[in-house]
Amino acid sequence: MSKSKQFLVEKLDRKAEDMRKKAGEVEVFIMGKSYRVPAGLTIMKALEYAGYRFIRGCGCRAGFCGACSTVYRIEDEQKLGFDLACQKVVEDKMYLVQLPFVPGAKAEYDINKLEPGDSTLITMYPEIARCVSCNTCTKSCPQDIEVMKYIQMAIRGDVSRCAEISFDCIQCGLCAMRCPADIKHYHVSQLARRLRGKYIDPKSKNLTKRLKEIEERKYDDEIEKMIKMDKKNITELYKNREIEAEQEGEGGE
Amino acid sequence: MAMVDGYPDYMMKSIKLVEKKRERNMSTHVKPMNMKEREQILGKFHPDYMTGTKRELRVGIDKGKLLYNGIADLLEAKSVLDPKDVDLSKIDYDVDLLIIGGGGAGTVAALFAYESSVPKDEILIVTKLRHGDSNSMMAQGGIQAADRPEDSPALHYLDIYGGGHFTNKHELARALALDAPGIINWHQELGVMYDRQDDAEFQELSGGGTCRNRMHSAKDYTGMELLRNIRDKFRNLEIPVLEFCPIIEFLMDDKGQVAGGIAFNLETYEYYVIRAKATLLATGGSGRLHLSNYPTTNHYGATGDGLIMAYHVGANLTDLDTIQIHPTGDAHPEPLVGILSTEKIRGLGAIPVNANGDPFVFPLEPRDVESAAFIQECKEGRGTVTPTGMPGVWLDTPMIEIIHGEGTIQTLLAGEMRKFKRFGIDMTEYPILVYPTLHYQNGGVEINEKTETKIPGLFAAGEVTGGVHGKNRLMGNSLLDYNVFGRRAGIYTAKYVKKAKVGKITLNHLDKYNKMLGQANIKPKKTAPIILPEYRGEMAISRALDIL
Repeated sequence: MSKSKQFLVEKLDRKAEDMRKKAGEVEVFIMGKSYRVPAGLTIMKALEYAGYRFIRGCGCRAGFCGACSTVYRIEDEQKLGFDLACQKVVEDKMYLVQLPFVPGAKAEYDINKLEPGDSTLITMYPEIARCVSCNTCTKSCPQDIEVMKYIQMAIRGDVSRCAEISFDCIQCGLCAMRCPADIKHYHVSQLARRLRGKYIDPKSKNLTKRLKEIEERKYDDEIEKMIKMDKKNITELYKNREIEAEQEGEGGE
Repeated sequence: MAMVDGYPDYMMKSIKLVEKKRERNMSTHVKPMNMKEREQILGKFHPDYMTGTKRELRVGIDKGKLLYNGIADLLEAKSVLDPKDVDLSKIDYDVDLLIIGGGGAGTVAALFAYESSVPKDEILIVTKLRHGDSNSMMAQGGIQAADRPEDSPALHYLDIYGGGHFTNKHELARALALDAPGIINWHQELGVMYDRQDDAEFQELSGGGTCRNRMHSAKDYTGMELLRNIRDKFRNLEIPVLEFCPIIEFLMDDKGQVAGGIAFNLETYEYYVIRAKATLLATGGSGRLHLSNYPTTNHYGATGDGLIMAYHVGANLTDLDTIQIHPTGDAHPEPLVGILSTEKIRGLGAIPVNANGDPFVFPLEPRDVESAAFIQECKEGRGTVTPTGMPGVWLDTPMIEIIHGEGTIQTLLAGEMRKFKRFGIDMTEYPILVYPTLHYQNGGVEINEKTETKIPGLFAAGEVTGGVHGKNRLMGNSLLDYNVFGRRAGIYTAKYVKKAKVGKITLNHLDKYNKMLGQANIKPKKTAPIILPEYRGEMAISRALDIL
């Protein structure tokens, strides 16, 4: 071990000890095996603290990618809990297991050949009609999305609402793992959002104008001129440019 | 420890001061710094300018260049691959285009290579984790494109170039600004749900260092919404992907071209020989190297592998003497340390204040300047220190609700709101505590506007490259970068593979590199690339070390 690494480890050791002193320790069971870890760690860090090195079950570590779906149960309780390992803090006597992969089937389509009609979603994903409204999907969602509600919207053909309600979906697949009707909620809503973004949301007119200008090379000369400027002139131009946000600030918006 | 609404008592006392001065703070504004003030604060408080963070590289084409220690260490390490362990007579995959990395740049490149008539079975994406696991997925705030009448691509260019301290490669900065509106249009066609105003135009906010409001967003899940759409299109086309099989070194041929790579199956420990006419490096950044001991916002696989492999074949690197620390990493509570709170929070009007509730910096300086101001405030004792020793300044989020109306945070910052709610903190009611965190690799493998590196057969796009942003990237230009240069990479590699011919494949360059290390009198203990960071045991504890 290099000297700096040794130094780092010693510092971390002290910090861990400090954490244990202040917050105490908890006992967790990782796939059945008992480990003691400092309280306050996320499930992900607790597994690492216990000596696990992730290959699967770990992605962005910040709640955006859905790689670390975790099922847990607290000792003496019946209920299973569902969450993201990178977001949920460990509790004492927690039994933990991570789901490495969700093998949910996805429909294949060319978005350019679809229409955002009443029956598009149910045609591409006919199994949504089997929804028994048990609400298990909603209860298992780590993002607290009303999953069952957006599936109901999908059944009714309300593409726009389905897209809106499902927007925060990180596609972790926990809903699909729990569904008694084998619905692949996260794939259904992906299609709904694409349909809405492409066909229902309005198109920007400003953008169309600008694209035409760029095609006509309207800005090429101006940029070329800046490229050729010496450091002094370009610096001058840069620091004297008007800043829209600043003026808004002064005007109190 | 007694906690009220997610904060210990003593922090709550500071919050009371923030609340008391909120009205005053909303009506008086701190002016942006002039160039001289910027230089001064950077020189004193940004790690790029501090002694001991960097050193001169002792080996290879960039010998003598100043680089961050953590990167220099890996460039001066032995290759993780022993060529004797690989049988080159057996080719496992033979394709036209090998794409290394399944994040934004790689996926966009695959789509445009396919549209430029590379057959789908002649494309292969290999990726270390799952397809889509990347920093691209995590970007929150937005993507820049000058499409409003008040704005122009020329102004965008000026912002990029000035924000990069006038060190960007001109042709790359120009491509970034001029291609941007076309990219937004492509997203509209894919079905991206951008935030809109009532008049159907995009809602566009300001970002640090931008002179016009041109930040397009999709709530605070912009990166996720973009990559979800791009990946969905990719999956519908069934372009082949190998997951959990990072490339650990390039293959070369006897003509000195890059000719594919050696993949390592993380689950079965097998090597795969992948021969390709063109190879695109799209491995992303290096936040997980924790340069200067900073915590990071980056995803698990961001270990800078691409830099190391590219250097082993003789590609040159640029601007790796700078790192981007993002001013608003979370500082409290402990499980969130290092995770990003989006710049959009400041874009919407929340301002940073110190422990006494006083503002001290214009909220939307370029990221390096804003970060330096936060560090100064904490170093000089005007920050708040958490129970686990993490310093920070307040970002007064309740201001957003006062400016834009109740419910704005829930609508436009749903992800942020959710994140803090998990720890009992209601950001509509109380400020959040932030401190700079390692966010982006400004530099990397040098490319030109066709995404070519100096080695024939090797292309690169996205965060792994250098030159686009110079020594500092602005908010909203990285999502743009992976789209602009991912697209260009797809188009230009498609052209290239029509003519390219691969010679006899070899790994001799690795022996040569190891010999060079010997000649430079370096006795490496480490091997590189490192593939995954080490967090087992005590390393699991958040790094908030030596920053004060």
